[in-house]
Amino acid sequence: MNAAEEHWDLIIKPKTSLFSIDFKQVWRYRDLMLLFVKRDFVATYKQTILGPLWFIVQPLLTTITFMVIFGNIAKISTEGVPHILFYLSGIVMWGYYSECLTKTSDTFSVNSDLFGKVYFPRLIVPFSIIISSMIRLSIQLVLFFCFWTYYYFYKGIPLQVNSTVFLFPLLLILMAGHGLALGIIISSLTTKYRDLRFLVQFGVQLLMYASPVVYPLSSVPEKYKWILLLNPMTSIIETFKYGFLGIGVFNYQYLIYNFLSLVVILFVGFVVFNKVEKSFMDTV
Amino acid sequence: MGTVVKVENLGKQYRLGQVGTGTVYQDLNRFWYKARGKEDPYVKIGQENSLRNSGGNQFVWALKEINFDVKEGQVLGIIGKNGAGKSTLLKLLSKVTYPTLGEIKIKGRIAALLEVGTGFHPELTGRENIFLNGAILGMRKAEIRSKFDEIVEFSGVEKYIDTPVKRYSSGMRVRLAFAVAAHLEPEILILDEVLAVGDAEFQKKCLGKMKDVAGTGRTVLFVSHNMAAVKSLCDSAIVLVNGRVQYVGETTNAVSYYLKGDSENQNKKTFSSEYDKPEFSLHQMSLNNFSKSNEEPLVENEEIEFHISLTLKNENSKNYHITFHLINELGEALFSFYPSSNGVNLRTGLNNLTCTFPKLFFQSGTYYLSLFIFRNKKEAVIIEKDIMSFTVVDGGRELGVFMGREPGFIRPQFHWENKSV
Repeated sequence: MNAAEEHWDLIIKPKTSLFSIDFKQVWRYRDLMLLFVKRDFVATYKQTILGPLWFIVQPLLTTITFMVIFGNIAKISTEGVPHILFYLSGIVMWGYYSECLTKTSDTFSVNSDLFGKVYFPRLIVPFSIIISSMIRLSIQLVLFFCFWTYYYFYKGIPLQVNSTVFLFPLLLILMAGHGLALGIIISSLTTKYRDLRFLVQFGVQLLMYASPVVYPLSSVPEKYKWILLLNPMTSIIETFKYGFLGIGVFNYQYLIYNFLSLVVILFVGFVVFNKVEKSFMDTV
Repeated sequence: MGTVVKVENLGKQYRLGQVGTGTVYQDLNRFWYKARGKEDPYVKIGQENSLRNSGGNQFVWALKEINFDVKEGQVLGIIGKNGAGKSTLLKLLSKVTYPTLGEIKIKGRIAALLEVGTGFHPELTGRENIFLNGAILGMRKAEIRSKFDEIVEFSGVEKYIDTPVKRYSSGMRVRLAFAVAAHLEPEILILDEVLAVGDAEFQKKCLGKMKDVAGTGRTVLFVSHNMAAVKSLCDSAIVLVNGRVQYVGETTNAVSYYLKGDSENQNKKTFSSEYDKPEFSLHQMSLNNFSKSNEEPLVENEEIEFHISLTLKNENSKNYHITFHLINELGEALFSFYPSSNGVNLRTGLNNLTCTFPKLFFQSGTYYLSLFIFRNKKEAVIIEKDIMSFTVVDGGRELGVFMGREPGFIRPQFHWENKSV
């Protein structure tokens, strides 16, 4: 056998290495990723009257509910900014994270038919979810800025906008990363143990109350704050509110902690995903 | 020409039964072994794959010790009974799942077609689905765009290309899906039995396209039950039996090896003392094609002879009548047949009855025989349901006629005329 024959383009063998995700392959399939994004976007609202308007209706109705319950009945502080801006910002940001998390956590179970018939880098699916949710997020942000403009310019409410707004891309990456990482860990584990799916369904709802969506972080007693700060969304939502509304807690250390935890959890996520990717067809 | 696919000592183990509480223990155990640098404890156990004999073992080898090479431009058929491991092999080749042992080395771009229309979304239009499906199969967007018109033309659904696929008939969906798949241009193509879809005309078109593909020097691995298709498309074939390669070689030989193995013990049944009754005793039943032995597979396009030998012990042979029922795979009786219809009767002592079915009488498939012997035309002395089974196979019809199975179970040859006025 000569040297030329020794070269193989692909060797399929029992995977043993912990971290062998082929990001080059993922890149090669980028067209598929975009088509999945398009499919998710187009297919969700086909045959609906309001179409993508539903992206706006959902957070609006939630905001109104929160205004009634938490703002008017429970009278939880919104740190002096209009209720609608306070709740809407939290809801929109939390909505993105929770959508990334819940949808990616279903990757294997929802796509098992497809995965069983054809190979493509499985990570394409969670990546496409992150991106298609971003479309939803940007529409909702437009809604948020409509209200923001209304209050700032017409009502003349002094919202202390500051340079922290430029951290928004970082916030976006952090949210997407955390949603993705936790999502793929859960999706990897649910292929064998379905129990987790039930946990995710209500777990995400409960987790929202552990994030400063309906209350400001400043209203939490100092000794319990660290518990909330374990939740990556806490510092993200607070930083967002700090930048655009001038309220909330902003601390670089929180963001650095957030980033480091993202690196760790994302690494774990890829390792677990990588391990499950090769065998899940036998267990799902 | 070099080797483009090399399969070495490939093995795939599956766990039987439910995934449940026990798996946590096994996972931990496995992890513990690995953490200490030991071999996976569950790889050593496991039995040969067989549908019948389930044994007490929880692990089963769907494939074991598979070795073969595929040369560039070769069209290799993979044949085997249900459960022989064909699909598992395909899944491993297409990276849908990974092997437990061994490795597959591949040179060049590979695409697998395990199903037509994978990933079709009912809400999207035909156009959108062409792009989506093409991308799922590994095509780049630009590639699909350049072939788009060809694909649409091949599918024959131009008129509905902007209609959501959910409004398509199932036939249209299949056409569109196959059209996309047919325009894939990998160096190595893996095909499952995608031929079993669509109407006769479309099947012909698909086969033609596949022959074209095979003719352009591309390497094809083709898995099928359809011996006629395998024979006409492939130049060599491997036969899988219970997860192992039993035969590698030229297609015709492989096909006959497969067919032989398939029907070996089925076409003959010798009865033990269990059937030695006070009034009669059964010796043997067998089937064979005219002038061939019962060890050869039964083919539909030759006469089939059915033999039964029995001894009638009662002196009064006129009182005894024998009848058979022919049962199809669904358990429905197709008809009954008996020698007395031709004036042939049982006699005291040894009887050697032969019944001849004309050629092209059976459709390919598996049939069962039930045996009845009556005394005085109404009292049954024996009723044996499904006393034996036999399989009639496709005799290798010409390619391009019709690849699928005709409907029904028998196909009597009628007399036709077209009178000129």
